[in-house]
Amino acid sequence: MAPKLPPHHPVQQSSTVSGAGQAAAHAAPRGLMRWLLTTNHKEIGSLYLIFSLSMFFIGGIFALVVRAELFQPGLQLVNPEFFNQMTTMHGLIMVFAAVMPAFTGLANWMIPLQIGAPDMALPRLNNFSFWLLPVAFTLLLSTLLMPGGGPNFGWTFYAPLSTTYAPPSTTFFILSLHIAGISSILGAINIIATILNMRAPGMRLMDMPLFCWTWLITAFLLIAVMPVLAGVITMMLMDINFGTHFFNAAGGGDPVLFQHLFWFFGHPEVYIMILPAFGIVSAIIPTFARKPLFGYASMVYATAAIAILSFLVWAHHMFVVGLPLAAELFFMYTTMIIAVPTGVKVFNWITTLFRGSITFEPPMLFALAFVVLFTIGGFSGLMLAIAPADFQYHDTYFVVAHFHYVLVPGAVFAIMAGGYYWLPKWTGHYPNVKLAQWHFWLSVIGVNLTFFPMHFAGLAGMPRRIPDYALQFADFNLVSSLGAFMFGASQLVFVAVVILCVRGGERAPAKAWEGATDLEWTVPSPAPLHTFETPPTFRPQAH
Amino acid sequence: MRMSFVWMASGLVGSAAAPAALASGWNMPVGVTDLSAEIHSLHMTIFWICVIIGLVVFGVMFYSLFKYRRSRGAKAAHFHENTTVEVIWTAVPLLILIGMAVPATATLKKMYDTSDAELDVMIIGQQWRWRYEYLGEDVAFNSSMSTPRAQIRGEEPRGEHYLLEVDNPLVLPINRKVRFLMTSDDVIHSWWVPDFAVKQDTIPGFINENWVRINEPGIYRGQCAELCGMDHGFMPIVVHAMEEEEFDAWLVERREEAEQEAMGADREWALEELMERGEMVYASICASCHQPEGQGAAPAFPALAGNQRLLDDLAWHLDVIVNGVSGTAMPAFRSTLNPVELAAVTTWTRNAWGNDTGDAVQPSAVVEKLAQ
Repeated sequence: MAPKLPPHHPVQQSSTVSGAGQAAAHAAPRGLMRWLLTTNHKEIGSLYLIFSLSMFFIGGIFALVVRAELFQPGLQLVNPEFFNQMTTMHGLIMVFAAVMPAFTGLANWMIPLQIGAPDMALPRLNNFSFWLLPVAFTLLLSTLLMPGGGPNFGWTFYAPLSTTYAPPSTTFFILSLHIAGISSILGAINIIATILNMRAPGMRLMDMPLFCWTWLITAFLLIAVMPVLAGVITMMLMDINFGTHFFNAAGGGDPVLFQHLFWFFGHPEVYIMILPAFGIVSAIIPTFARKPLFGYASMVYATAAIAILSFLVWAHHMFVVGLPLAAELFFMYTTMIIAVPTGVKVFNWITTLFRGSITFEPPMLFALAFVVLFTIGGFSGLMLAIAPADFQYHDTYFVVAHFHYVLVPGAVFAIMAGGYYWLPKWTGHYPNVKLAQWHFWLSVIGVNLTFFPMHFAGLAGMPRRIPDYALQFADFNLVSSLGAFMFGASQLVFVAVVILCVRGGERAPAKAWEGATDLEWTVPSPAPLHTFETPPTFRPQAH
Repeated sequence: MRMSFVWMASGLVGSAAAPAALASGWNMPVGVTDLSAEIHSLHMTIFWICVIIGLVVFGVMFYSLFKYRRSRGAKAAHFHENTTVEVIWTAVPLLILIGMAVPATATLKKMYDTSDAELDVMIIGQQWRWRYEYLGEDVAFNSSMSTPRAQIRGEEPRGEHYLLEVDNPLVLPINRKVRFLMTSDDVIHSWWVPDFAVKQDTIPGFINENWVRINEPGIYRGQCAELCGMDHGFMPIVVHAMEEEEFDAWLVERREEAEQEAMGADREWALEELMERGEMVYASICASCHQPEGQGAAPAFPALAGNQRLLDDLAWHLDVIVNGVSGTAMPAFRSTLNPVELAAVTTWTRNAWGNDTGDAVQPSAVVEKLAQ
């Protein structure tokens, strides 16, 4: 950035560029080419969201194969080899193709609208980072059809199971992850560039909606850790194809090094999947409590604290690999400390509800469920942080219950809450309330039936990632499987709501929710293709 | 309105689930060592702390959702930010965490103290069985799952210890400190017996340590906890904990058996004898990859039945079994199996499933091969 530029200059510049873009848009191709070539943040946002929803169903089907096999003891439907491919692909698809692109899609749609910018800072890069994703995940899914099958070593792909002992398709898995990683890094660069350069005149960083703040911090996390992932999978590539021995003990390599590198990426990665969720919930709760967020500044600081701590806790995923005592203690303490800023967030949401004027529209239902169920996931996380107890919890269904509580009724519910919250802005119609309530209640009941019994199964001794189990775990698994199918089916209701909402429904005004305050509610609903071509006047308000 | 009542109800159900978790079979076992009991009590302490915090936090939340609904005419207040409140809700959790970290640190230190062990047992993870070596005692054996595949496929009724039973359990004395040295021959496994609160990854190229002092005789069961490939779900652990004298007698007996076995390597074995022994070794060691009928599982695990190279080249066949094939999943069995077992399993694979070579590979030939 040239220091001589006056602060307003970038905004004016962007609006000029956008005006030219609009002129070009009239001559733009229609049909398929329109979507392939689009540089509009709203269209790209929609592409991300549609892609994410499709992948959510594919990953969900994989999960249902797993749950169907685990419905009762014995091997009924699939063999162990395919079972392992299903657990692996379920994890990879949900993390990299469903949750992450959903947040990027929401960021594309909403960040320019929330900061009063005409588009993302780098529109063509935006197009490229989206279109890398279908390529990456078509490649990843195609490995299932290759000889020897797809990845079967878990989404954490620990070496040497994922190198020396891996199926031949692993090289394609590495390539697809590289492509997805490039997409994430480009997306993150774009978001940082947009937020830092294109805010409406007068909007300071501390005036931004929390969704922008959480995404800004998330984007820095992505830039910091995606290269580490790229590094570790490149080392795998070398071990598999070029005779190196990074992770091969027989050649003097170190399998534990793999885990350090993976989790140095992996732990920030789990916060990448939850910080934007915090931002969404922090927008929805004040809107429907009709009361400003209790502690805006402390929310920002807590988010930053969580992000910094995320680099200091990775080895809590490795408490039983034989770390020295000093390392165990260090990582136990740092992990426990994360409960403090996370607690601050939960307390803030609840204090915001206190003495509000609360209504229960669909986005609010999902946001409230998020607060309760994410907190339950936080509690089990605190339990897992206690290193001596982790020797019992580690690699059991207790862990599976924990991370599904923070990811499904956590991240996924927040994405759905965001969907219901912003659908009026996207489509100009309110989502059907009755159907949305059906979706909500079926999902809440389904998700708890699926994942709550897993706590018990894990504590009672059931390891994760097994295709068959001892008879004492049968009842827990039966309930989990029924819940999983219920949860899966209820997402079809969500698709129905979205389709109906796109096609029609009650008309939404510009400010679709009475208590909403951010800039996106000043543009018409549905938001026209080009918004904020001249920067809005922004008046800071109490957050 | 109605909505928030359901909310309240789901909160109540959540808190009612907590005492139910204490019923046996739903919770972490107290176990049979001092440390496992200590870990259980840490687990219960942190659990109840979470329950209490949860009741307070969710209590305030559901109270607010009930009391401050617009449908009841609630008007929104507009307060925000209060330094005192924010300091309190940062400091109080921090103090609770410190209170939790102190006993956790003490327990962890004890878990890491592997000094002064009276018995050392090497635990080696292999796809997909465990190998136990009593260091300095000349006793070593493999321990594979003994649940028949027919039970897994549902063709036979499932037994009481379905998937949690093995051919050769690890035998340990009670009241003695036993140190485990843990490693792996192939991928990472994790040896876990919940009643001992011992879970430790076995990692190729590393030797991890852990220890146990069992208080009560009995049979304790566990499973591999780290995804280790196709049959990860089928490598259980069974520990038979005995009174000390009983254990000493058992150890002597096993040592004598091993000596006799070693002597057996010198004599000439008949084809039938080798086949009988080889069938057992194959079922325990080889069948999980190469499949019970020798048909293999492409592409990682080649078929043995009708394998032309195997049939044509005895020297190569024996070399693969003894030394493994580097860069593949085929491990070297030179230290896992004794010469009689190596000879027997080579003979079996050369004569079973229509591989009618008629070769009877003698243990003495294997001894020669091992010496090379």
